Amino acid sequence: MTSVDILIAVDHAAGRSAPKGDRRNLSGRILTFPFGLALAWLVLATVLLWAVAPQLFTAYDPLEGMPGGQLKAPSAAHILGTDSLGRDLFARIVHGAVHSLSGAVAAVGVGLVVGTALGLLAGSVRGRVDAVLMRFVDVLLSIPTLLLSLSIIIILGFGTLNAAIAVGATAIAGFARLMRSEVVRVRNAEFVEAAFGSGGTFGKVLWRHILPNSLTSVVAYTAVQFGWAILQISTLGFLGYGAPPPTPEWGLLIAEGRNYLATAWWLTAAPGLIVVAVVLSANRISQSIGRAAR
Amino acid sequence: MSTFGKPVLDVRDLHVSYSQGDSRTTVVHGVSFSVQPGEVVALVGESGSGKTSTAQAVIGLLPANGRLESGSIRLNGEDISRWSAKRLRNIRGAVVSLIPQDPGNSLNPVLTVGAQVREILELHGRIDRRDADRRVIELLAHVGLTDPELRVRQYPHELSGGMKQRVLIAIAIALRPALIIADEPTSALDVTVQRRILDLIDDLRREYGTAVLFVTHDLGVAADRSDRIIVLQGGRIQEQGETAAVLAAPESAYTRKLLSDVPSLIIAQPRPAVEASRAPAVVVRNLVQDFDLPGGRTYRAVDDVSFTVARGTTHAIVGESGSGKTTTIRAIAGFQKPTSGQTLIDDFDVGSLKSGSLRQFRRKVQLVYQNPWGSLDPRQTVRAIVEEPLLNFEPIGRAAREAQVTAIIERVGLPAGILSRLPHALSGGQRQRVAIARALVLEPEIVVLDEAVSALDVTVQAQILALLAQLQRDLGLTYVFVSHDLAVVRQIADTVSVLQNGRQVDHGPVEQVFNAPSSAYTRELIAAIPGRKLPRATALSTGSIS
Repeated sequence: MTSVDILIAVDHAAGRSAPKGDRRNLSGRILTFPFGLALAWLVLATVLLWAVAPQLFTAYDPLEGMPGGQLKAPSAAHILGTDSLGRDLFARIVHGAVHSLSGAVAAVGVGLVVGTALGLLAGSVRGRVDAVLMRFVDVLLSIPTLLLSLSIIIILGFGTLNAAIAVGATAIAGFARLMRSEVVRVRNAEFVEAAFGSGGTFGKVLWRHILPNSLTSVVAYTAVQFGWAILQISTLGFLGYGAPPPTPEWGLLIAEGRNYLATAWWLTAAPGLIVVAVVLSANRISQSIGRAAR
Repeated sequence: MSTFGKPVLDVRDLHVSYSQGDSRTTVVHGVSFSVQPGEVVALVGESGSGKTSTAQAVIGLLPANGRLESGSIRLNGEDISRWSAKRLRNIRGAVVSLIPQDPGNSLNPVLTVGAQVREILELHGRIDRRDADRRVIELLAHVGLTDPELRVRQYPHELSGGMKQRVLIAIAIALRPALIIADEPTSALDVTVQRRILDLIDDLRREYGTAVLFVTHDLGVAADRSDRIIVLQGGRIQEQGETAAVLAAPESAYTRKLLSDVPSLIIAQPRPAVEASRAPAVVVRNLVQDFDLPGGRTYRAVDDVSFTVARGTTHAIVGESGSGKTTTIRAIAGFQKPTSGQTLIDDFDVGSLKSGSLRQFRRKVQLVYQNPWGSLDPRQTVRAIVEEPLLNFEPIGRAAREAQVTAIIERVGLPAGILSRLPHALSGGQRQRVAIARALVLEPEIVVLDEAVSALDVTVQAQILALLAQLQRDLGLTYVFVSHDLAVVRQIADTVSVLQNGRQVDHGPVEQVFNAPSSAYTRELIAAIPGRKLPRATALSTGSIS
């Protein structure tokens, strides 16, 4: 999948900028400064600001078009041009951030909470509960993610929130798998047995020792999943299963621009590049969290 | 010192440093020494003394963040300290070779033993396949492996630890190097296996005239096996000279301290015999523990073991890995239900406890683990670790809890300032004290110690043993002490059980078992205690074998 390729590319970039050895002098400090990571945080911060206060970035209305201003090329007035109804594209991207981001956060939240709970239960109880839960996870993994999301949306109905739930459901399996493997590792550590040995009950040991020691890689995985969720929600929007028009959701923007690819390519390229930048940034940040934890 | 011949290895003013984040710390400060042909030189020191870094620098295998700052390393007269990795590769194996520390991790699990020995022959110079195969079998036979034709086709997991170490030695001597660096070659092995491996290195050295640079933390091993000894502390040489001379009349205070802490040197003060009238604290009766193996078979880890521990005394369980000693104490501590037999502690039959009563039972019996790096939660402060057992039983007020925690931390000899630290900021000895504090905070009657001092340096080990003895006197504790180190056992225990393959082969008061062992296995174990050549140790060991 694309996210895998992206991860590898980011890996290379990060390898070059990773801090190595001596940093006593200024030139060394500049050479080892993680520019990629700083850029990733910058991208995410900007997009977050778009979501919180879009009016700071653009004066145009994302929903009202200007008569006679359809399909204008990028210019000083409209830096990314206008779409077929004369709406400013940059304004639509900025105002769309809140839809895409909140969708991704909700999706990752569903996957994180449900998946982590399943993994924690399976890994700590073991035995039959483990077998049943993990076979359920295997079934989830065996269904193509897009097919699963589409089926869930058809059952739940269309809408931004339902799209987020559908994407979150496909993330459950990954979280459950990862969490279970971490829990099994920590469960066998001596300090967990020592905690039982000093009279701890199952719940207490789970809460005090197993959960906090298993969460680090899950946190790193969450950041990767965030980028992936934006991609998935955009895909659903593109296919017409996400937010209904005229919501300026990023996937929908790409889909609407598709009809004018030959004459106004920027209508698809600009929101597409924004999605790519956000996904890459999320992956880079996830990687730095994973490294710091190790 | 070196008046004869040209040294094989001559290290002058060696400085090695490591980078960590922004800073660089020097761990070896100006170490100079030389090794003559055919000589065994022991580098002795505690963890962090720079002995391994020195050895790694000599063979050019410092970790990625390590750097040779200055100094020269002359191998057969040539300075190799500034050589490129490529040039160094040509001499590794051929001129200088390494016997690594952990035989379990040092062989490639997916290649046969034969392929791995052949590799070193093929790396240096062309040799045709049939000659190579013949040489491999010769080498394996030479290091004392039985059935070398069979071993060639086996994979590392099919061999025991001692056999793997023999394979690694075969690889190290394959090209008859002038110098072998042995980095703690036996510390991962049982004491009888350790003795045989050391004998083998000795024989090979005599035969080939190879010099050996022997890195060890065990002064007893160094005394028995080396011609000269170099004592390192904090990256500086404290003392070097002829082994016998250094040990007989140590000049530096640090060497004297090390010598006084070696367990086999401490003349065990005979502990008063246990009065027969003392009430038993632990009774183990015909304990049997089976484990299911895949394929429906069972493995009997403990076979009919019985002993009694009187209140306020120390009972040691001795044996090699796989002898069932850990399984026995896990049954005592209530972590396993025995297949048959009983473990009685006061009125509790440990095997029959249900979860509720098992929790109450935990107040009486506490376990201290071997590895203080694994038994403390890395994310909790010392205060949280020590107070946790208190939170598991009747609720007591915050102030009362705080007072108990502070008292127990002081009792185990730690400063109160340590309470807010995380385990990774503590030394090994401090961690083990925290683990002991956690075990004692519930005021148990019985403390089960699973190799509780084996992972620690001798000096720290001596301190922890002294602490345990003092706690026993003050609090009237009963200890069940598992160890593979007979010298430690002799120092601390009143009674002892010797286990072999799950059976109890010897049992009784320590003096009786040491002076008149009834089984051949116990005699072998006693004879294998290193440190025979240490001054004063002789009195102890002749008394025990003859």
